[in-house]
Amino acid sequence: MLKINNLSAKIDNKSILQDFKLEINPGEVHAIMGPNGSGKSTLSNILSGKKGYDVTGEVLFENNDLFSLETEERAHKGIFLAFQYPLEIPGVNTNVFLKTSLNAIKKARGEKELDAIQFLKLVKEKAKELKFDEEKLGRQLNVGFSGGEKKKNEILQMSILNPKLSILDETDSGLDIDALKTVAEGVNALRKKNNSFLIITHYQRLLEYIKPDFVHVLMNGKIIKSGGPELALELEKKGYENIN
Amino acid sequence: MRDKQIEDLKDYKYGFSTDIESFKAPKGLNEDVIKFISNIKKEPRWLLDWRLKAFERLKVLKEPDWQKPKYPKIDYQDLYYYSAPKSFKDKPKSLDELDPKLLETYQKLGIPLNEQKRLNGIAVDAVFDSVSVATTFKETLTKQGIIFCSISEAVQKHPELVKKYLGTVIPLTDHFFATLNSAVFTDGSFVYIPPGVRCPMELSTYFRINASDTGQFERTLIIADKGSYVSYLEGCTAPMRDENQLHAANVELIALDDAEIKYSTVQNWYPGDKDGKGGIYNFVTKRGLCKGKNSKISWTQVETGSAITWKYPSCILKGDNSIGEFYSIAITNNHQKADTGTKMIHLGKNTKSKIISKGISAGFSDMTYRGLVDISPKATNSNNFTQCDSLLMGNKCGAHTVPYIKNKNSDSNIAHEATTSKISEEQLHYCQQRGLNPEEAVGLIVNGFCKEVLQQLPMEFAVEAQKLVGISLEGSVG
Repeated sequence: MLKINNLSAKIDNKSILQDFKLEINPGEVHAIMGPNGSGKSTLSNILSGKKGYDVTGEVLFENNDLFSLETEERAHKGIFLAFQYPLEIPGVNTNVFLKTSLNAIKKARGEKELDAIQFLKLVKEKAKELKFDEEKLGRQLNVGFSGGEKKKNEILQMSILNPKLSILDETDSGLDIDALKTVAEGVNALRKKNNSFLIITHYQRLLEYIKPDFVHVLMNGKIIKSGGPELALELEKKGYENIN
Repeated sequence: MRDKQIEDLKDYKYGFSTDIESFKAPKGLNEDVIKFISNIKKEPRWLLDWRLKAFERLKVLKEPDWQKPKYPKIDYQDLYYYSAPKSFKDKPKSLDELDPKLLETYQKLGIPLNEQKRLNGIAVDAVFDSVSVATTFKETLTKQGIIFCSISEAVQKHPELVKKYLGTVIPLTDHFFATLNSAVFTDGSFVYIPPGVRCPMELSTYFRINASDTGQFERTLIIADKGSYVSYLEGCTAPMRDENQLHAANVELIALDDAEIKYSTVQNWYPGDKDGKGGIYNFVTKRGLCKGKNSKISWTQVETGSAITWKYPSCILKGDNSIGEFYSIAITNNHQKADTGTKMIHLGKNTKSKIISKGISAGFSDMTYRGLVDISPKATNSNNFTQCDSLLMGNKCGAHTVPYIKNKNSDSNIAHEATTSKISEEQLHYCQQRGLNPEEAVGLIVNGFCKEVLQQLPMEFAVEAQKLVGISLEGSVG
């Protein structure tokens, strides 16, 4: 599904990722763990299409050259990024934003758009599953939301858009244990044969609830070690410094 | 040839012009032209005298020059002051008699002119150049005693009302453009709502400038008698032309005791091309008088068009407990310029005013909010709240806020809040990641920014306005 070959990225001439390689097949859950400044967020930024990076190498998503696609086209093809810091958009109702987003994607795919009633039914159902306060859906997008609510809102959007590849950029940071469990349930509910996940995190904690198929350790812009779920536990014990 | 013009039209949807022979007054501004206008309208002597008085005054008035947007000198002798489609010399009595070409024009504009569209619940008084083409729904309104017709017709049929109120809010001597209008005004709408009547539908005028080299000088007069209510909508478009066209309208609103007038404008005049060539000069005087106690006047404007917009819809709060409101969205793109805002003059006791202004500038455009809040010594226990927000797109445009605040008694309150923000790259990236293209993303963010004002518009207008906001900013991203 996703193939990253020799990806290098620089920003203002500072090298962040070097010869990064990763392959994710349909249905797989990959976790990338790494200390601050290891290049984790750069990876999610580049995959989502954020501008400002000098990039070399190749990224293929379902055999499409990712770099030839605009950010929104990547979203249309099924890439979703749960932001580390979800943005506030004053004046824009959360429901309206969600509906606009879902219908923009459906339209691009030539699918039938949802009308207001169909959409409300869907969003209510998903909000209930994720224990997301329905009242918040009527409020301005992320304005006045707590850190945890913002993260849950990302997962709500993910479950509504039902993407093929979901990238979770430190979604667990700043979450209390209940919110963490809810987020994990949201991810697990979406986990199907064809949906893949790339979970970027500092800590092993989230991985107790979302069991990854693969764990990769990212240091200084490179994957230095890959393994199964047990690698996360090993990391937790030894720390990043002593993993190699 | 005209077909080609329509084909060429890519950016400005309303930029077609209609090939109808028009009947014009000779070029130039002089007593003869004024007499010509008055004569063709079969006006009574008092009105001609009134016009001539305005013209006398005009001779000593100077064109104001304190505004921020500058423009090349206008040659007032090189304009036509009256232009009517030729087929209107004998005015049609009903829609069936209308020139089909005219109907076609209105169809292109999307105006519900035929009565079948009554479901829209909008009564339309369409002004095509200088003559009011057709007034729909007259019957329904007449039953309730509501008068809704062109001002020319009102002069003939209801001279006592016109004579009593015309020029009472915007005096003959007011300022250059208002006085010019008083001398040469051609047509416009007239509304009278009798005491205690709540007008059952939105009343609407759709203005359109067609003939070239024509200044359009409409005059609108709305009177809400005691305890009545009316909501009035005004929409404007003009064809694309290389030269600039002047639009200097006067709008007067009068609310008597316990009456309420809601006046909404969506202004979409041709803004000129991407390089700033052509476009309308929209120099309009709009003023409402809350004459009676407990009266209310509310202005809502969505200004997206014109090369230069220069207007301050104002409220004079004369009656005790009266309320004035001003809700505004002004958008400038490319080389457009706007200097707009409001004046709230508090004269009565316990008067309240509220100003919500949202300015959006993109491209190389320049936007100024200019507003006056003046609370007189007698207007005790009055208050004003002003909120002025500016949104900038790109770094070649400008936004300025110039509030004038005068509080002349100690138990009144004035609050002014202002913000300036930019659409961030991060916000755009977030929306794009959710599948919106940059223009959809900007549309969404901007509509969020304008929401408080859009909410003030009647439903159908709000949807149109929302689209217009998106269209006006097309090409301003990236």
